[in-house]
Amino acid sequence: MLLIPCPNCGPRDETEFHYGGQAHVPYPENPNELSDTEWSRYLFYRENPKGIFAERWVHSTGCRQWFNMLRDTVSYDIKAVYPMGAKRPDRTPAGAPESGTASTGPDSTTTGSAAPSTSTTSILSTTAPEGATK
Amino acid sequence: MAETAASPTSAQANAEKNLAARVSPARQLADGFAAGSLAGTVEISEVPFLTMVGLRALAGSAAAERLAGVTGGLPARSGAVAGSGDVSVLWLGPAEFLVVAPTEAHESLGGDLIPALREALGGDAGQVVDLSANRTTFELTGPRARDVLEKGCSLDLHPRVFKAGTAFSTEIANIPAILWKTGDESFRIFPRASFAEFLGRWLLDAMREYASPEVP
Ligand SMILES: [Zn+2]
Repeated sequence: MLLIPCPNCGPRDETEFHYGGQAHVPYPENPNELSDTEWSRYLFYRENPKGIFAERWVHSTGCRQWFNMLRDTVSYDIKAVYPMGAKRPDRTPAGAPESGTASTGPDSTTTGSAAPSTSTTSILSTTAPEGATK
Repeated sequence: MAETAASPTSAQANAEKNLAARVSPARQLADGFAAGSLAGTVEISEVPFLTMVGLRALAGSAAAERLAGVTGGLPARSGAVAGSGDVSVLWLGPAEFLVVAPTEAHESLGGDLIPALREALGGDAGQVVDLSANRTTFELTGPRARDVLEKGCSLDLHPRVFKAGTAFSTEIANIPAILWKTGDESFRIFPRASFAEFLGRWLLDAMREYASPEVP
């Protein structure tokens, strides 16, 4: 099981979270102007990288806030945790450009006392034990 | 306090009637809780009908300040509990809080807490919602209480980390619940009403090895 460092609550079991898919997928500016192919690409086509992937997570049974996370799909190492709407931290494989997806919470940058190292855009050490499997 | 047409005595009688008609979510477990508790080791009971109010307000906003004025403060971070007197405010999220107060604080019993909170929020962005029927409260106490919880809660419950006076929204026995450490050996657990029977029975089962009579 992953131990996920919630930016508000600190490290918690993966079962407290829900996955929100790929991060930084912008809603089309003018959906009505898209062809069916383009619309289906927006709806259904996602990257499937081997390596670092930017994805959205929500701490459903904790603070109920969304956040973004860089996770290595091979090692499951959590490389970074950063707020919704923030730019993807620079960590190899280029992601899509900044999307501006908003958090549902009015303030998702509050730092939990138990998580001093995971506030805002801090990058976790690649060997951080809190990002490792239990 | 709201003016009622009735005299104080009839208002009181009405409140008592109101309370007597209610059935708490774990009422059917009351005998089991008594039988499964062992004084001085681990004990469980339901504390029914606590007044609970969900608050939403942006930290630092004028509305949050006014709400804090009614409750005696709002907690600022995960785990924190604020409040004054018998009103406590638990941190649920950066802009979400749960007020816990005695049964009598409910407006159906003549309490003025919820109207005061509603008035404090006024027309500003935010929420004051009566959630008293949403959850029930279990009180788990005794030197073995932590051992019982550790069977189904992955938080670090060691006293060097989990101090009295902190509360977390987390999972216990794979269901969402709020866990509030109220004293060195006492915990309040808030499951949603529909989970109360499941969690009550799960806790009783987890207590059994400690609260059973010793085999001579
Ligand atoms: Zn959280």
